[in-house]
Amino acid sequence: MNPVPYDKDFAQKLLFDMLRIRRMEEKCAELYGAQKIRGFLHLYIGEEACAAGALHALAPEDNIVATYREHGHALLRGVTMNAIMAEMFGKQSGCSRGRGGSMHLFDAATRFYGGNAIVGGGLPLAAGFGLADKLQKRQAVTAVFFGEGAMAEGAFHESMNLAALWRLPVLFCCENNLYAMGTALARSEAQTDLCAKAASYAVPTLKTDGMDVVAVHEAAKLAVAHVRDGLGPFFLELQTYRFRAHSMFDPELYRDKTEVEEWKTRGPLHTFSARLKAEGKLTEEEFLALDARANAEVQAAVDFAEAAEWEPAEDLLRDVVTPA
Amino acid sequence: MKMSYREAVRQAMHEALVADPRVFLMGEDVGKYGGAYACSKGFLEEFGPERIRDAPLSELGFVGAGIGAALGGLRPIVEVMTVNFSLLALDQIVNTAAALRHMSGGQFSVPLVLRMATGAGRQLAAQHSHSLENWYAHIPGIKVLAPATIIDARGMLGPALADPDPVVIFEHAQLYNMEGDLPDDWRCDIATAAVRREGTDVSLITYGGSLPKVLAAAEQLAAEGIAAEVIDLRVLRPLDSETIAASLRRTHKAVVVDEGWKSGSLAAEVMARIVEQCFFELDAPVARVCSEEVPIPYAKHMEEAALPQVPKIVASVKQVTGK
Repeated sequence: MNPVPYDKDFAQKLLFDMLRIRRMEEKCAELYGAQKIRGFLHLYIGEEACAAGALHALAPEDNIVATYREHGHALLRGVTMNAIMAEMFGKQSGCSRGRGGSMHLFDAATRFYGGNAIVGGGLPLAAGFGLADKLQKRQAVTAVFFGEGAMAEGAFHESMNLAALWRLPVLFCCENNLYAMGTALARSEAQTDLCAKAASYAVPTLKTDGMDVVAVHEAAKLAVAHVRDGLGPFFLELQTYRFRAHSMFDPELYRDKTEVEEWKTRGPLHTFSARLKAEGKLTEEEFLALDARANAEVQAAVDFAEAAEWEPAEDLLRDVVTPA
Repeated sequence: MKMSYREAVRQAMHEALVADPRVFLMGEDVGKYGGAYACSKGFLEEFGPERIRDAPLSELGFVGAGIGAALGGLRPIVEVMTVNFSLLALDQIVNTAAALRHMSGGQFSVPLVLRMATGAGRQLAAQHSHSLENWYAHIPGIKVLAPATIIDARGMLGPALADPDPVVIFEHAQLYNMEGDLPDDWRCDIATAAVRREGTDVSLITYGGSLPKVLAAAEQLAAEGIAAEVIDLRVLRPLDSETIAASLRRTHKAVVVDEGWKSGSLAAEVMARIVEQCFFELDAPVARVCSEEVPIPYAKHMEEAALPQVPKIVASVKQVTGK
């Protein structure tokens, strides 16, 4: 394996961000058991390298459109863990005022546009952001995240065609975790080569190891540069794996435990920290310090969410339409 | 000035395109073809392909792209050729455009205008004759307009584009060729219902493509000594209940005319509001004339039989008024 091409600070930053997602979501699972978080909760555990590698390739003026498995993307985009946790608690200091919950994290300040819980629903939106940026001559990139399951939706095909036809600045980031809820790729798609599907729209594609934050970041930098240069959309396939169930209701009858265990050996956190240690870019003490910082941030977020106010029920009808 | 409904729609869009560089028109055949109903004829040449954007047959895709473009700072007019095809875009309209403001805790408005033709009457059969305005009027988070006059066709688009939230405009396909006078003062609101004809015996409440039929029925009834008041709802969501109630306080009787199918129709909603708000004003049960519960047939006599018609409206009024 090639050496990690980053200095110690940036390498540790990537590791720390993945740790923040992991520790936050482990706590979310626990809080779900304690019934502090309700509704649907879709954990990203195992896939952290995708968000960390891709989001660090984007700029503040870029737009992010994500799915219902978006806690990590929101966090790394700059939504505070406090606001995310409060949202999952349903509190009014949540990033969507408690009206959205786990699946609908939004944040105008960081151009984070959800939090879209209809599979494929964010894709046409991303084409529209690209159109707005292109027509207003802005250099921004819109990165849209979706799973391989979304590639069976018409929304994927329509959006790819629009983006390619109009040369829109959209980065399509497919997080291929092999299962659309419980349906394996080969059981739902005749063409399982996702890049081949995307390439049929005359869009350049790149397949990369989504368990390796370096591979993701390098691929994302290349893809973002292409899009930002006005060369049109780009399709990135990040091959990854979800270690936890699809949602908290999923008994996981559709995959073998041995398969999960095999993928865990490629876990993005331990493989990357081992690599950094081997290269002298991380000591065990430093790792423990990073982990402690992540855990402290999580605990502070939980405390914040616990203490946060419930929105008064009299406010129920606000934010349906813009007040006159 | 005398003009057609089509020309009024065209002038409204033209004015918006000239006035605001953020406005653009997107949809199937809006450019080279000039619009399926010829409402954007000549626009491509005048404003160019960036702003008069022919879209592929991807209703879900380009309606969603319109939402994204609105969020990104533009003011899109998205033309979905007809309400029939809008069913392919329902997910984006209902799950995104209408819900986004609320599910983001009030952070994002979607200033999108969706225009579409609606209605039956041209022997286009089951898949091209829907009147589904009530489906859209059911959804919190969007405004629904039904311009039925030359003034409204000319005047409603401006305030719709100025509205920070999504607005769906239904243009009944039977109205495009209608001619009428456009007065100098054609500016109008997108909030209130309008009294199109005053009367004291019965309130006829309708909207969109049924308005000319209802006005014709009122004329016929006048000749028989029944003074019908005609209310044009104009705005289907939010409904202007007060104008309806004020009319009922004058007439104490009502017939609702709606091209939608009777079950779960907009007429049902109007009747429910009358009962909720005006029960003790009523001198007779409220009646309605809707489309028969059948997919709209092709054969001319069968299509006519399926839709609200002047004789049906007149008969219903006579029953309600006992005259």
